[in-house]
Amino acid sequence: MSAADFRKLADLFPNETVTHSYVQDVELPAVDGKSPGTFALITLDNGLDHTKPTTLGPNTLLELGTVLEALKERARRGEIVGVGVTGKPYFLVAGADLSTVKSVSGREQGLWMAQLGHEVYSTLADLGVPSFAFINGVALGGGLEIALQSTYRTVSSGAGALGLPEAFIGLIPGWGGVYILPRLIGPENALKVMIENPLSNNRTLTGPQAYELGVADAMFEPADFLEQSVAWAAQVIAGAVAPERANAVDPADPQVATRWAAAVARGRAFVEAKTSNASPAPAKVLEVLDANRTMTQAQSAELECETLADLMQTPEFRSTVYAFLDLVQRRAKRPAGAPDSKLARPVGKVGVVGAGLMASQLALLFARQLKVPVVMTDIDQGRVDKGVGYVHAEVDKLLAKGRISSDAANRTKALVSGSVSKEGFADADFVIEAVFEELSVKKQVFKEVEAIVSPECILATNTSALSVTAMSADLEHPERLVGFHFFNPVAVMPLLEIVRAPKTDDAVLATAFELAKGLKKSAVLVKDAAAFVVNRVLLRLMGEVTAAFDEGTPAEVADNALRPMGLPMTPFVLGAMVGLPVAQHVQESLHAAFGDRFRVSKNLQALIENGVTSIWDPASVAAGNPSIPAETLALMSFGTTPSTAAEVLRRTQDALAEEIGLMLEEGVVAGPEDIDLCMIVGAGWPMFLGGISPYLDRVGASERVNGRKFLAPGVASEPASA
Amino acid sequence: MSPARSTGKPGANPRTVRDVVFVDGVRTPFGRAGEKGIYAGTRADDLVVKCIRELMRRNPAVPAARIDEVAIAATTQTGDQGLTIGRTAALLAGLPRTVPGFAVDRMCAGAMTAVTTTASGIGFGAYDVVIAGGVEHMGNHPIGAGADPNPRFLSERLVDPAALNMGNTAENLHDRFPAITKDRADAYAVASQDKLAAAYAKGQIQRDLVPVATMKPGQGWTINTVDEPPRPGTSLQDLAALKTPFRAHGRVTAGNAAGLNDGATAALLASAEAAEELGLPVRMRLVTYAFAGVEPEVMGIGPIPATEKALKNAGLGIGDIGLFEVNEAFAVQVLSFLDHFGIADDDARVNRYGGAIAVGHPLASSGVRLMNQLARQFEEDPTVRYGMTTMCIGLGMGATVIWENPHHPDFGTSTDAADSTDSATENGAAA
Repeated sequence: MSAADFRKLADLFPNETVTHSYVQDVELPAVDGKSPGTFALITLDNGLDHTKPTTLGPNTLLELGTVLEALKERARRGEIVGVGVTGKPYFLVAGADLSTVKSVSGREQGLWMAQLGHEVYSTLADLGVPSFAFINGVALGGGLEIALQSTYRTVSSGAGALGLPEAFIGLIPGWGGVYILPRLIGPENALKVMIENPLSNNRTLTGPQAYELGVADAMFEPADFLEQSVAWAAQVIAGAVAPERANAVDPADPQVATRWAAAVARGRAFVEAKTSNASPAPAKVLEVLDANRTMTQAQSAELECETLADLMQTPEFRSTVYAFLDLVQRRAKRPAGAPDSKLARPVGKVGVVGAGLMASQLALLFARQLKVPVVMTDIDQGRVDKGVGYVHAEVDKLLAKGRISSDAANRTKALVSGSVSKEGFADADFVIEAVFEELSVKKQVFKEVEAIVSPECILATNTSALSVTAMSADLEHPERLVGFHFFNPVAVMPLLEIVRAPKTDDAVLATAFELAKGLKKSAVLVKDAAAFVVNRVLLRLMGEVTAAFDEGTPAEVADNALRPMGLPMTPFVLGAMVGLPVAQHVQESLHAAFGDRFRVSKNLQALIENGVTSIWDPASVAAGNPSIPAETLALMSFGTTPSTAAEVLRRTQDALAEEIGLMLEEGVVAGPEDIDLCMIVGAGWPMFLGGISPYLDRVGASERVNGRKFLAPGVASEPASA
Repeated sequence: MSPARSTGKPGANPRTVRDVVFVDGVRTPFGRAGEKGIYAGTRADDLVVKCIRELMRRNPAVPAARIDEVAIAATTQTGDQGLTIGRTAALLAGLPRTVPGFAVDRMCAGAMTAVTTTASGIGFGAYDVVIAGGVEHMGNHPIGAGADPNPRFLSERLVDPAALNMGNTAENLHDRFPAITKDRADAYAVASQDKLAAAYAKGQIQRDLVPVATMKPGQGWTINTVDEPPRPGTSLQDLAALKTPFRAHGRVTAGNAAGLNDGATAALLASAEAAEELGLPVRMRLVTYAFAGVEPEVMGIGPIPATEKALKNAGLGIGDIGLFEVNEAFAVQVLSFLDHFGIADDDARVNRYGGAIAVGHPLASSGVRLMNQLARQFEEDPTVRYGMTTMCIGLGMGATVIWENPHHPDFGTSTDAADSTDSATENGAAA
């Protein structure tokens, strides 16, 4: 076989942005007065700047394979003594071209893609001369596997983002990574790179961390990384340096076999805890890792190819690519419906009405990210002092953790002030309220604020469930009010729902989107409809599960019924985390707006009235064995129509499909993509669900309820035809 | 060798004059300026950074925090040669933030001035260890780009406008010294190419070159380890065929002048005490230096008065100088110097490794190249006690630095030239 045999695959992707393989001959520097010979240096470069990462598609691999085959021939003729691979500035390779891989149609094409990678990489691993990867920057997935397949590796101490994120994407590191890495750095470390990091918000390694784990044999600073790497290669080729691999293991060693099995078992527990095994990929990584301990590399390669071909067919993989590439990386950066940013007005001072926990978090965020003065107000000095004190204490925590410098801490603290008078808002450009969720209270607040601020000052509300339109009814300038809905904890959750009321003008909206960018939040434009997006979807879900519980479904059945979705937490745990009274309050608003689709649970009301904060005993949840205390049970009454877990799941799926269908009909957002983005960045819903609509499409709920799917074939699923 | 000169106020440290030694020097391979050159697309500051890092790597005994100054010269101080390049290069090279830096400009003698200025600081006791060097990316910064000569130069005839073009000044030199013919200049240029080729063959050049990785669109990375400008094997016939771009039927050609080049240099200097304390090699001792001005229209004769002044400062005669590293901006300029001091065109003491005509002359960087080569020749030839680096400078100046060879048997045994009061009469025969 040779790479050229895959021409048929490459020809299917004529529009691939090809990463070229350029070769330059380099005379290696003398070692002990003697030149080791000529070295062929390959640069992987797509000819575009650093905003366009180099990726691996079929045409790219074909070219690399052809180049490597020619170098193998040169090595055979004795013309070269080694081969190096490096990348354009900041990248070795960012991994497989996901757009291409996603559009691979049919299992056979997927298998070809997997085999093509192995064909090319096996040439790299068997050139007849040593191969070196000089990891100058980002090296993810198939990019890092190029390095792993090389005989030796150097890494730049300035390199960021090294990793094997396949388990997160919905694949396995199946171009040799899953075979080579555990042997190179030990099964425990390999597990960290292949499972734990991908499933922990897709964390990656820095150059120094990778070096520490043993992924690279040598590390050099970025200022002359390539020069030093080539000089090191000369030393290795001349035999003057022999890299030591302290973490490398021999899988045949019985002790290693024990460690290997333990690592796989630990990985299984980790995957179960993180994903409830709702996505097949992480378990497949562990399966192949488990199996390949006793395999030859060729045997493993075959298993890797078959597994990749299977996984590329899974909806979880395609949904993840949709969620990751189309939503988080693209749509989140260009929010649908945002007005021209040129309309935005500068914001040089911010007012926050209220000094409670939410208001204090907002003040901290505005001061830290926008670096403008922030004035907090509340009804008495005690509350004001508490709010400002909170901000100062949080800044001190950041300082103590070394996250900010003492100068930055001083600056941020100095930016935040408090007062019982709203006079400080007189020269503010943006005033946001975070007071009690009561329409009359909010209207009174805005009336007072409007009496002080300039006519251009933007007013914003952080309401989660009240009508922004109603809030603006008596304003002198209703066009200046916008909803600005953050998620708790504000510093962590990336979503910001920007609510446009009927009178909100474009300049105000444009400013809100620019502010969101300044605050480093992903903004989604939503219409002024009860509870907007995330809370409406979440409460519809929680409402269904609670209803099933109230009807007599056992708690453990009801609360675990959604496990196959792999949500970050169960509905009862989520309810307790949000706070039962808060959830109930929003549920009541939704009930008021939409009727019985959102049922208000009498049982929950009873718990709230008796000061019970959780259905489960929190200690039992922490211990991993949830139970309901007898005194809590005694407060509740149940119906006699219990459901099975499958019934609860299906009814929840249908409820979600119905609710999302209605939201789209009402025009709450521009499309299902926005709802998916909201659920991913606002509720932490997994990417293998694609947010939610790809999941509802694939389980049939959309068609059951609405008669059609939310997304066209190919968007988050297999393309319509091959 | 470093006696206390005088004392300050009570409580203050006594004023001392200290010996300055050249510890080490490196440079990038030089490139041809322009789109096809090896450094097209590479930043000038990055070239300096490579040199500084190589110096630190080659001299691990020097704690980076002990560097008291980084002086880097560039003729055009904008863009990638701007922003106080001594400081930016120090930061980019990873030196501690406590290490200061500054930028120097004296056109072609930039690096040489960076050396003499920081050396003076060492001698005065203000510094212990410094880095001095220079850079010119003439591809990124064409000669004279952005210059705005004062109209008074013209209206008051302060300087002939032609003198702002270095090629014209070289033609003017041929006018002044009719004995220096085009044939002599070409023969000198051929010898320069031959000597450089021979030095390369012996590995005398490569040992002070720092490899530089460069990447070009559609070609990928490569590692540059040799100079690009040399044209080994150049013959007199080749040169005879070249145009004389500065004057019809003139004498100055691309073949008997240095080209337009990209490159950087850096040297490590220290006080003799610091060198001893840190265990650093002493490869040359600074004896003295001088700068002099001449008519801008014949700037190439600048090295003559500068050398006379330096010899006088040193109390030496031209006959005491056993090795010359003369920058070859133009063959005619070197020949005028040699003629003045009665030295033959092919004297073996002069530019043993060839010169800028062959290797290139990235303006402000060249001074340290001369020093690197002189230091190597000192090692190779311990019979030589004193050597000289000298160069001409645009707008009519010359610079000369005299060095002593620590490998000479008499090094450190006889009178200290700087303190000598009775040898000043011993001027050079031709002075």
